[in-house]
Amino acid sequence: MKFAVCVFPGSNCDYDVYYVIKDVLGQPVEFVHYTQKDLKGYDCVVLPGGFSFGDYLRAGALASKTPLAYAVQDFAQKGGLVLGICNGFQILTELHLLPGALLKNENLRFVCKDVYLRVENTQIPFTRKIEKGEVLKIPIAHGEGRYYVPEDILKEMEERNQIVLRYCDQEGNITPSSNPNGSVGNIAGVCNKEGNVFGLMPHPERASEDILGSHDGLLFWHSLIS
Amino acid sequence: MKVRVLILPKKGLLDPEGRAVKEMLLENGYSVKDVKVGKVIDLEVEDGTNIKELVEKFLVNPLIEEYIIE
Repeated sequence: MKFAVCVFPGSNCDYDVYYVIKDVLGQPVEFVHYTQKDLKGYDCVVLPGGFSFGDYLRAGALASKTPLAYAVQDFAQKGGLVLGICNGFQILTELHLLPGALLKNENLRFVCKDVYLRVENTQIPFTRKIEKGEVLKIPIAHGEGRYYVPEDILKEMEERNQIVLRYCDQEGNITPSSNPNGSVGNIAGVCNKEGNVFGLMPHPERASEDILGSHDGLLFWHSLIS
Repeated sequence: MKVRVLILPKKGLLDPEGRAVKEMLLENGYSVKDVKVGKVIDLEVEDGTNIKELVEKFLVNPLIEEYIIE
């Protein structure tokens, strides 16, 4: 499976993602620059975390208006697999490939810590190796991760099984105290209707080796390449 | 043509920045009812530019923001 890792000015998890794909998974991977207009030949495109364009205007807003973002849109519309992590998730919502928006954390703080996530949808290519209801430990690191979507759209998303991850406690209970940023419904990750575009605030690439404290993030990568 | 765009968080949406400023003002003795924190964008564009399209397509996210053009 051939991966592309998107690089915008201000991306800072691009090398971590590249390293996991190449050295941990042993899959072919290339960086693609934000000025690139074509994603032909790739099977999966990853938008990594960071602060693209300094988070100016809104997080992800400027990156979503670049030639590469339009290429990602085209790639996704043709059924290509697109994974957005953290700032990548923000870019995908600004690009309208995923519903909703990511707002400033409710407590206005940058939150950097391990969180527990309950996997709600295991039918998409990104989660098919995970069991429904499984609890994963993966770190988050963001200031603007409060997922928001109007109630009527949220209802439709729930009916279509588009909520993929929710913040939970260690036992998998969805509680207000396990919600690190004030996201509606404790939502940490969502997919599009078709299931080929997935965005999440936690960083699977930072939890893909035991030396980093958790390898739960590997489940997403293994789902993708299996 | 000079244009000023005022962008505010959409009504009814939690604005933690506005809330924090409001609490600070209350603590300092002002009876403030509501505070919203937004942003200002000043543009200088050619006459005839479709400002509405420019703003809605590129500057604001209508899901979470509302705007006023001056």
